Amino acid sequence: MDINNFVLRNDEKAIFALRSLYEKYGYSQFKMSKFEEYDLYVRNKDFLVSDNIITFTDTSGKLMALKPDVTLSIIKNSDDKDSLKKVYYNENVYRVSKGSYSFKEIMQVGLECIGDTDEYCIYEVLSLAAESLNSISPDFALDISHLGIISEIIDSLEVSSSEKQELLKCIGDKNTCGITAICGEKGENLKKLTQTYGNTEKVISVLDEIFPYDKPTAVNELISIVSALEKKGYGDKIKIDFSVLNDMNYYSGIVFRGFINGIPTGILSGGQYDNLMKKMKKKSGAIGFAVYLDMLERLNETEKEFDVDSVILYNEATSLSDLRSAVDMLTENGKSVIALKTIPENLKYNQLFKLQEKGALTSENNA
Amino acid sequence: MKTMLNIALPKGRLGEKVYSIFEKAGFPCPSIKENNRKLIFENEELALRYFWVKPSDVAIYVERGAADIGVAGKDILLEYEPDIYELLDLNLGKCRMAVAAKADFRDNPQKTLRVATKFTNIAKNYYTSLGRDIDIIHLNGSIEIAPILGLSDVIVDIVETGTTLKENNLTVRETIVPISARLISNKASFKFKNEQIEQVMEKLISEVEND
Repeated sequence: MDINNFVLRNDEKAIFALRSLYEKYGYSQFKMSKFEEYDLYVRNKDFLVSDNIITFTDTSGKLMALKPDVTLSIIKNSDDKDSLKKVYYNENVYRVSKGSYSFKEIMQVGLECIGDTDEYCIYEVLSLAAESLNSISPDFALDISHLGIISEIIDSLEVSSSEKQELLKCIGDKNTCGITAICGEKGENLKKLTQTYGNTEKVISVLDEIFPYDKPTAVNELISIVSALEKKGYGDKIKIDFSVLNDMNYYSGIVFRGFINGIPTGILSGGQYDNLMKKMKKKSGAIGFAVYLDMLERLNETEKEFDVDSVILYNEATSLSDLRSAVDMLTENGKSVIALKTIPENLKYNQLFKLQEKGALTSENNA
Repeated sequence: MKTMLNIALPKGRLGEKVYSIFEKAGFPCPSIKENNRKLIFENEELALRYFWVKPSDVAIYVERGAADIGVAGKDILLEYEPDIYELLDLNLGKCRMAVAAKADFRDNPQKTLRVATKFTNIAKNYYTSLGRDIDIIHLNGSIEIAPILGLSDVIVDIVETGTTLKENNLTVRETIVPISARLISNKASFKFKNEQIEQVMEKLISEVEND
């Protein structure tokens, strides 16, 4: 099948590129139904971006939902027997958009690596995240953090659980004044961590200051993975940023977020969700990410100059065979053609042809 | 050529103070001082573009990337909870979000508390944290007259000096949170214009500390 690159939208191109990328690394597609039992989401409400879910009763009287998330369904259907399961998906999810408070259909592509995850799995998923962003636009940024380091420091502060929630929000917002307001002088290390943004070299020196004696294992995990990625050639695109936070009830370990220059919000989000696996009574670990494709239409907006290359104007008297051969002649030359009796007001076209009697085409200048 | 750094400033008195700090920190844009109705001002040499927007809209411009950085009151950030970085407290426009009521008001916990406010989200979060059942009355201005006319029991509003409250025979009962102007940044811009933004931030920090 030969597809003209012009015809495909950004998100459609991205879907093809991402699918072939994931297949290359042995991930298989996980195709699922649009519906899921509502019960699954009630039990894991906080994992979802918003609590609003479209529900309906199916023919057997069971309460069902239009999927707001894919990961939960994949975990539900995974069994502990497989040593390692690598899957990707390409599905629509239904969520409430923040501004309009109405439901939106969002195309999402993502992958999950579930089972006995080791350092290589984490590295592979992160490098696929970087590749995914790179295939959408080479001008990307991938920020990586490790929740283990954050909890290490917060736990040492001995704050109440509500203060902990506030601290996490401050870290996510890079709000250093907020950290001082909550824990004063004691929060110095947390402030340093929040302000840190850069490559491993820069971050190691900060981490050395924070942990002068024993470094927690989380630090070594993060540095080893990120330096491996830097060696792969994404050096300047990959940054360590401790403001990347996902809900700690579900995520643990490495978390990350991806950005494309030109799109104001993150378009890729993921991490290790061993805690979610535990909650869902699975023994193994897991890491994965999702790419949100709904924002891609804002990327490289180039307005097409014309809606269509040529217009053929015909009338009642025109014979079918004359019109057909005129259309064929133009399309064979690679032009897009629309045959009309009258020209709509807003149609932008390059060339206008009139079909005369006996099938002759005359070109008219564009008005 | 460097790409332009777009900066959204809140229109009004606070915005003028904020601009003068930017100017002192080494990010001037002389045309901004010309007295006209223009809203966008550029300094091509320094690759800066300032624009004036309604104070409550700054966070929206920044969240959606029309502005890379901006200055917004903490009240706006608490009310709309935009997905942005809050980089710096500029220590300007200091005031507080407070609960006020008529001087002789006595709270009866057996009743639902009627709260008039512009800041429904802040009011809701505050009373939820206290476990108090409230009825929110959203008003767009002249909040102070709500308790006087019996529309509400209390109000949640910004208090700067307290003069308006006093003149309307109201007193502050509780302070919810202190408010000041914050430097905020779009999350994606922070990555792609990092050098420019970090530079602005550093210079502003030393400017704020000197003050």
